[in-house]
Amino acid sequence: MAKYIVKRVFYMFITLFLIATATFFLMKTLPGSPISSASKLNPQQLAVVEAKYGLDQPLPVQYGKYMLNLVQGDLGNSYQFKGADVTDLIISRLGPSFILGAQGLILGVAIGIILGMIAALKQNTIWDYGSTFIAIIGISIPSFVFATFLQYWLAIKWELLPVALWDDGWKSSIMPSIALAMGPLATAARFIRTEMIEVLSSDYITLAKSKGASSFEVAFKHAFRNALIPLVTVLGPLAAGLLTGSLVIENIFAIPGIGEQFVKAIMVSDFSVIMGTTLFFSVFLIFVILVVDILYGIIDPRIRLSGGNS
Amino acid sequence: MKKSKLVWLLSLMLVLSVFLAACGEDEKPATSEPKTEDKDAGTEPKTETPVVEEDQILNLVMGAEIPTMDSSLVTDSVGFDLLNNTNEGLYRLNQENVAVPALAEAEPTISEDGLVYTFKIRDAKWSDGSAVTAGDFEFAWKRAMNPDTASEYGPYMMSGVLKNATAISEGTVDYTELGVKAVDEKTLEVTLEKPTPYFLSLMSFGTYLPLNEAFVTAQGDAYATNSETVLSNGPFKLEAWDGTGLSWKLVKNDQYWDAATVKLTEINYDVVKETATIVNLYTTGKKDRAGLSGDLAMQYADDPDLVRELDTAVFYFKFNQERNGEKTPLANVNIREAIAKGFNKQDLVDVVLNNGSVVANYLVPAEFTFTENGEDFRAVNGDMAVHNVEEAQAAWKKGLEELGKTELSLEILGGDSDLAKKMDEYFKDQLETNLEGLTITLKEVPFAVRLDLDTNQDYDIQNAGWGPDFQDPYTFMNLWLTDGGNNQMSYSNPKYDELVNSAVGELALDADARWAAMAEAEKLLIEEDFAIAPIYQRGTMSLVKPYVKGVVTHSFGGDYSYKWAYIEGK
Repeated sequence: MAKYIVKRVFYMFITLFLIATATFFLMKTLPGSPISSASKLNPQQLAVVEAKYGLDQPLPVQYGKYMLNLVQGDLGNSYQFKGADVTDLIISRLGPSFILGAQGLILGVAIGIILGMIAALKQNTIWDYGSTFIAIIGISIPSFVFATFLQYWLAIKWELLPVALWDDGWKSSIMPSIALAMGPLATAARFIRTEMIEVLSSDYITLAKSKGASSFEVAFKHAFRNALIPLVTVLGPLAAGLLTGSLVIENIFAIPGIGEQFVKAIMVSDFSVIMGTTLFFSVFLIFVILVVDILYGIIDPRIRLSGGNS
Repeated sequence: MKKSKLVWLLSLMLVLSVFLAACGEDEKPATSEPKTEDKDAGTEPKTETPVVEEDQILNLVMGAEIPTMDSSLVTDSVGFDLLNNTNEGLYRLNQENVAVPALAEAEPTISEDGLVYTFKIRDAKWSDGSAVTAGDFEFAWKRAMNPDTASEYGPYMMSGVLKNATAISEGTVDYTELGVKAVDEKTLEVTLEKPTPYFLSLMSFGTYLPLNEAFVTAQGDAYATNSETVLSNGPFKLEAWDGTGLSWKLVKNDQYWDAATVKLTEINYDVVKETATIVNLYTTGKKDRAGLSGDLAMQYADDPDLVRELDTAVFYFKFNQERNGEKTPLANVNIREAIAKGFNKQDLVDVVLNNGSVVANYLVPAEFTFTENGEDFRAVNGDMAVHNVEEAQAAWKKGLEELGKTELSLEILGGDSDLAKKMDEYFKDQLETNLEGLTITLKEVPFAVRLDLDTNQDYDIQNAGWGPDFQDPYTFMNLWLTDGGNNQMSYSNPKYDELVNSAVGELALDADARWAAMAEAEKLLIEEDFAIAPIYQRGTMSLVKPYVKGVVTHSFGGDYSYKWAYIEGK
């Protein structure tokens, strides 16, 4: 196991290096400049500003400098926020996104699993149709539409929760979390339902039943565990996506999150923030995938981690 | 286990029922119910002296974060808006949008040749208690020109105005040679490059604010990166700003020399980027003002809280006369005339935009610049290149004959917002209908891409706009000089250049003559050369709580002043 993880971490650095390189050069092909009033300056004035930010140097030199700083853990300074350290910026924006993502994920997956199991155990009944319906709605209604409805009813009509903003403690996080939960809810429900139905019809379940195990025991002890595997596979990227923030939800609820900042950085050509966030997202995604791979082994011991030598 | 399952299920049902119920209500969107308690209170007009008993707290929304509070580095509207309320320069825009002495004790003495201005600085303090001196101005202005600062607005606002600024920005003269000098603690002597009629209005602009040398030097690179590392000398102080966050507040600055005038004790800001959310915050009473756009503007058109204001940004078609080294059909003046007159602007602002914008048959906006006796520059020239289908068709026919063609295909370059796309569709429909043989293709791109295409002159017709940087028609007129930075369409008319240059050259000290020259240049540009086709002057629509009084909206620099604002009847 330890050997496996070390190997994976090594690969992770190679992946990160490739991502950093590709992003750097792709980013530089973006139209626009981080100098917001470039069109108002004459060439000499522009040259002074570019020199200050090192933008006057040839691309390979800029790349070399960036990578050198990166190795030392320095992500540089933001262009749009004058003098702001990119690492500080990412860290300060990460908290809210992470809280919302985690709450949304837990809520969505928990409800999704329950719905999926109900649907599978009560196949072709009103319960099944009901939960399938909910799952379809969850996947087909965009989260911003759902968020707007939540805002209208819970905050404006019933005045139960704050409309938006990140200033009312846990209360501020409820609506955005629910809005974020719809996607994972639908995904989890559909996966669990399909898998459970398949597992429930397999031989070992019939055996368990014939041995006199209660239907509760069959469903949870035997069937559920096996039905989890495909869900865990999609859960990794889903979690990475959720925990790294959502532009739409963050904008609707005015949350100081990282998802919103990432898109803004691209719009204003804030190179160092684009790089920093991309790298951070990559590290996170790679890490989550590693965790998922380890989880496989726990859920199903037949999947072996140390088989990398074949 | 089973019980918790039930709880989950129940809560889910609740969530779902909310959602389903909302579906049914879809057609009558979120807003139609005004919160009557809030509104009735403040509607009766009271104009007597304000009673200051209520909580003097204003709650506002911003559309973007603060990139920096360093007056040498600010380039954006949020930064300039806040600086206007936290700091004060030699002049300040008053309630009538006229620049009047602020930190300058009185009008300066001006040398006979109009080149040397001598200001007396009033007794005023920074928020840390130290005195504001003439040296603070000298330090700040030189810092803005210092190449190490890499200021964008410093060279932009000072070149051609302050002595040596142009040479400094070109690197031939050291920044310490800038034409500003603190003669003593309280006397500032400013030397100009040439007589500049709008110089005093510039003194209210953010880039010309003073900086406390000792404090700025002590903070170094950290200066103005959060609310702890910045000083103010204006009506308010910035607090609770971490440098990149979405919220901050302004609190009354007791050290301000005119603190007795300031009634608000606190202004709370939150950055909200979604207009619908802003409106929701407004209707629930969390915020006191909400800017409207797009569909929301239409929806609230009859709301009693609605405030319409005319902005000073003007939008127009730029006709590119040379693309990739070759002349375009737009090099023909008749073709330009046909397009300029060939679409209905009134319908555009009434139906497509419907956001308070008005038709522009001019370049220099209305309600922006005034003569000494208060006459609007617009009164001089009136309307030009007015929509007229017959004239457009006649010009079109003539133009096509001159080009020896029967049909033309032209591209309109525009923005990629919903509104911009709607506008482009409208132009295409109007022009193709009115001008036989014209095919319009649309190119809709993000702002940064449009700037690139503009710089490379890679377009036929561009829907572009400009907002002023100082209060003088010259801020618009200099765009189309032959070597103007924003020209990028190969327009060149020596007569135009001569007229516009005379307004800041030999006629600089003759107010009437320079206005006449700029008016003539505007006529030349729009009505004879049809170099650009004005479309509309932007308007803004916002909901403002009736208990918010005395907020002043400005036509350039910072958007608002809260120095005179107060809450009454909440």
